[in-house]
Amino acid sequence: MASDTTITAGALAASEKPGEGVWGFSRAQIIALGALVVFLAVAPFVLYPVFLMKLLCFALFACAFNLLIGYVGLLSFGHAAYFGMGGYLAGHAAKVWGLTPELSIIVGGATAAALGAVAGWIAIRRQGIYFAMITLALAQMVYFFCVQAPFTGGEDGIQAIPRGNLLGVLPLDRDMNMYWVVVAVFLGGFLLIHRIIHSPYGQVLKSIRENEPRATSLGYRTDDYKLMAFILSATLAGVAGATKSLVFGIATLTDVHWAMSGEVVLMTLVGGLGTVFGPLVGAAVIVTMQNYLAEMGAWVTVIQGVIFVACVIAFRRGIVGEIARLLKVKL
Amino acid sequence: MVLQRRDLLGTAVAAAAGTAWPRRRARAQAQTIRIGVMNDMSGPYRDGSGPGSVVLTQQAVQDFGSRGFNVEVLQADHQNKPDVGANIARQWLDQGVDVVADLPTSSVALAVNQIAREKNKVHLNSGAATSDLTGAICSPNTVHWTYDTYMLAKSTGAAIVKAGGDSWFFITADYAFGHALERDTGNFVKAQGGTVLGNVRFPFPATTDFSAFVVQARASRAKVLGLATASTDTVNAIKGAREFGLQRSMKIAALLIGLPDVKALGLESGQGLLLTEPFYWDMNDRTRALTQRVKAKNQDRPPAMEPAGCYGMVLHYLKAVADMGVAAAKASGADAVARMKAMPTDDDAFGPGLIRADGRKIHPSYLFQVKTPAESRNPWDLYKLVATTPAEEAFRPLSEGNCPLVRS
Amino acid sequence: MDDIFGIPAPLLFGQLLLGLINGAFYAMLSLGLAVIFGLLNIVNMAHGAQFMMGAFAAWMLLAWFGIGYWWALLLAPIIIAITGIILERLLISRLYKLDHLYGLLLTFGLALIIEGVFRNEFGSSGLPYRIPDALSGAWDLGFMFMPVYRGWVVIAALVLCLATWLIIEKTRLGAYLRAATENAALVQAFGVNVPRMVTLTYGFGVALAAVGGVLAAPIYSVNPQMGSNLIIVVFATVVIGGMGSILGAILTGFTLGVVEGLTKVFWPEASATVIFVIMAIVLLARPAGLFGRA
Repeated sequence: MASDTTITAGALAASEKPGEGVWGFSRAQIIALGALVVFLAVAPFVLYPVFLMKLLCFALFACAFNLLIGYVGLLSFGHAAYFGMGGYLAGHAAKVWGLTPELSIIVGGATAAALGAVAGWIAIRRQGIYFAMITLALAQMVYFFCVQAPFTGGEDGIQAIPRGNLLGVLPLDRDMNMYWVVVAVFLGGFLLIHRIIHSPYGQVLKSIRENEPRATSLGYRTDDYKLMAFILSATLAGVAGATKSLVFGIATLTDVHWAMSGEVVLMTLVGGLGTVFGPLVGAAVIVTMQNYLAEMGAWVTVIQGVIFVACVIAFRRGIVGEIARLLKVKL
Repeated sequence: MVLQRRDLLGTAVAAAAGTAWPRRRARAQAQTIRIGVMNDMSGPYRDGSGPGSVVLTQQAVQDFGSRGFNVEVLQADHQNKPDVGANIARQWLDQGVDVVADLPTSSVALAVNQIAREKNKVHLNSGAATSDLTGAICSPNTVHWTYDTYMLAKSTGAAIVKAGGDSWFFITADYAFGHALERDTGNFVKAQGGTVLGNVRFPFPATTDFSAFVVQARASRAKVLGLATASTDTVNAIKGAREFGLQRSMKIAALLIGLPDVKALGLESGQGLLLTEPFYWDMNDRTRALTQRVKAKNQDRPPAMEPAGCYGMVLHYLKAVADMGVAAAKASGADAVARMKAMPTDDDAFGPGLIRADGRKIHPSYLFQVKTPAESRNPWDLYKLVATTPAEEAFRPLSEGNCPLVRS
Repeated sequence: MDDIFGIPAPLLFGQLLLGLINGAFYAMLSLGLAVIFGLLNIVNMAHGAQFMMGAFAAWMLLAWFGIGYWWALLLAPIIIAITGIILERLLISRLYKLDHLYGLLLTFGLALIIEGVFRNEFGSSGLPYRIPDALSGAWDLGFMFMPVYRGWVVIAALVLCLATWLIIEKTRLGAYLRAATENAALVQAFGVNVPRMVTLTYGFGVALAAVGGVLAAPIYSVNPQMGSNLIIVVFATVVIGGMGSILGAILTGFTLGVVEGLTKVFWPEASATVIFVIMAIVLLARPAGLFGRA
């Protein structure tokens, strides 16, 4: 199986026919998206809204990460830096500068974009495992910065971040109001990523993934494309982190630690690298697991490790990738 | 496609089952007090609190005995992640849990503190070091029991200067906690007439080799080396200091170190080290009796100070509940804490004491010195008492904390 | 007493020497990574965990079987190498035909499992390990107080690194190894059992990490997370040196140790970040690393 040898096995499982379906979505994807919207509308009345919001923040984070690994073939092992810094700056903006939530999220996203531009500029000089190690090392620098910088509150983090009023009007202290904002942010990010992938720009990214020298020979400045994708991915990760810090009212070192970078890789891997819905499903699985296995104590990390190994050895397509293969559709 | 939806629904059902279950049970047993012990079961603070805190909480429930209501103890691992901790705390408190207890790691403690106040439940803290819990952000729903940074700094700084160690050099972890500990200790050193000759700040948490800093400390010719560091860093710094022969010319004072860390260090490396704890298992007959009761359940280890704090504060909470009635205690966490403050405390771990208006539990703090291998009579015979700071001087004075509860 | 940039010369020399000691650990670990990467094309994310296992193995040998430091120095790496070989046969060998990134993900998962299991078993605060009597004590070098054990670490690391380099560059076995790196199929055709060579190479790389762990046990806290912080610095070292070169890994390791040591004198707060800054600069100037082939 030729497709098995690349990291994006899931994406290649089904043949691609651009133009079919609506807005770049295939029919199967439209149905899945419909199901998702229905789920998001019903879920808060059944499930705990704060838990759902956490799940959606991580889902957006995983989608942003997937943009790089699934469509450009770059494995970033330092995405926590953008997620966490987005959270810190949004928290700082909301608490200290008193900005409204939507502006705080924009501040968080912009910070991550700037950081992503610098880190991406350095990291895209190498590919594959080197890229992974470089992003990891750069993220570690960001972590050290966050430990020492006064505005992050060090070990205590930024606490009691106010959710504020959306556009200065709608109070977000009520969980349900906040929930709809998070849903909007998530769907916005999700559709944006999808739109990017199916634009001419996205096609160039895929061609770089498949064969970079050939893309270069066709006259594409592949470094510019890769950098742009890196910045986009970092920005959306920052937006996800910013939203999360508003939801929980806290921004702490956990979100910039390398373990978080590992977690987002795991989420995407479990769900299915390079699939549209994979990161969402993967985030749901991992976040649910963390919540309900909390009583398992120390075994949580071991279980995560076992899932990592199992996915890599026997389950490289991930949940959504396997489903897509069984149903012979693209998801 | 169908599978896709089913998958999402499956997750939903599983999650719903998880959330709905305790709620139903809560209605069935209104006469049950639920205590959730939340701490680090998998990370660097596991040995300090972790399973030991659960064992000691259960022991408190057992020692309290049956007085007409049931007590249930739950446990969870916050993995040192504030969002995980906050999520568990929210769900617990929404679903009939009355008390969240222990909570090491300041970031998690501060997040849960906020939630307990919002939901009018009880936050009993034993594991966190930050003195903010009873300072500017103090809460009517919180009791901070075992220790805090102020207590550590005061006991170690002041008592050592009194004993003749009047010139200090600090090795400090370069972040807020380390800075606070260094500053507070330095102030007590100066207040007692001592001097601080210098300091060096090392990057946290990236430093494993402290020899460079130890050499600088040696060059300062101070009498005391203060380590404003935590857990593994402290152990590594002490090992380095011993290797470079620092103990011949300087005394080493670790500002935050617990019994499990000293055990990890070993007496060979640790001997002579000065440190502060409010609890040591071999202090008196009562602490030894408590240790005997729990040792078998606690992996054959005596309790560390955080689990001991869990014992004391849970026992005291249960006494308050018995005093005011289960229904009233469950109805308002603030009332339960107010009752705890109104009653004098007394338990085997800390002896008699009291809880101040700002939520600070008051007891003496002890300056210990780690024994030499020759002095130690059994594997856990690690400390000898050097100095005692009486309860009323051990903690930050009520007036200096800026706690809003005190003014009103 | 002469001053250099306002720092007393003895202190500066002392710190240089200490930097060299840290560099010895970086060199040993990045050498192991480079050896594994050279033949298997896998970034061994479990390297830090295996370093930790080496230290724990030394402790277990002493506490459970009464076997002292010198035997541990020999036995612990063998034991850990065997566990590595089992992992390679059972899991890692399934990935050779796939994208290299899967190897990275697999070993990352293994690192999580290993660290988690050790934490469950031994707790998080660590275990004591004594400096062997023959190496305790210190020399007074005049300009500084030099513990004997630190000197031993530098010498042992240097000898190990050079021996590895000699084996790979100067012996027939090394020639096979290098040839297999270039074209495994051809070497196989000449009758060399390449899969076995790959397995043993992984075992050797892991053994290097374990030796590092045993050497570290008496001076650092032996705890389950002792490897995870170190490993990121070692990754940066490997990126700076360029993975292709054995000698490059050794030289970069020692050099960065010294640079870090000097930073601890002039600007201690930055000593953790200096290596990453160097990494960024090197990448901008020479993307393939100092000793790498582009």
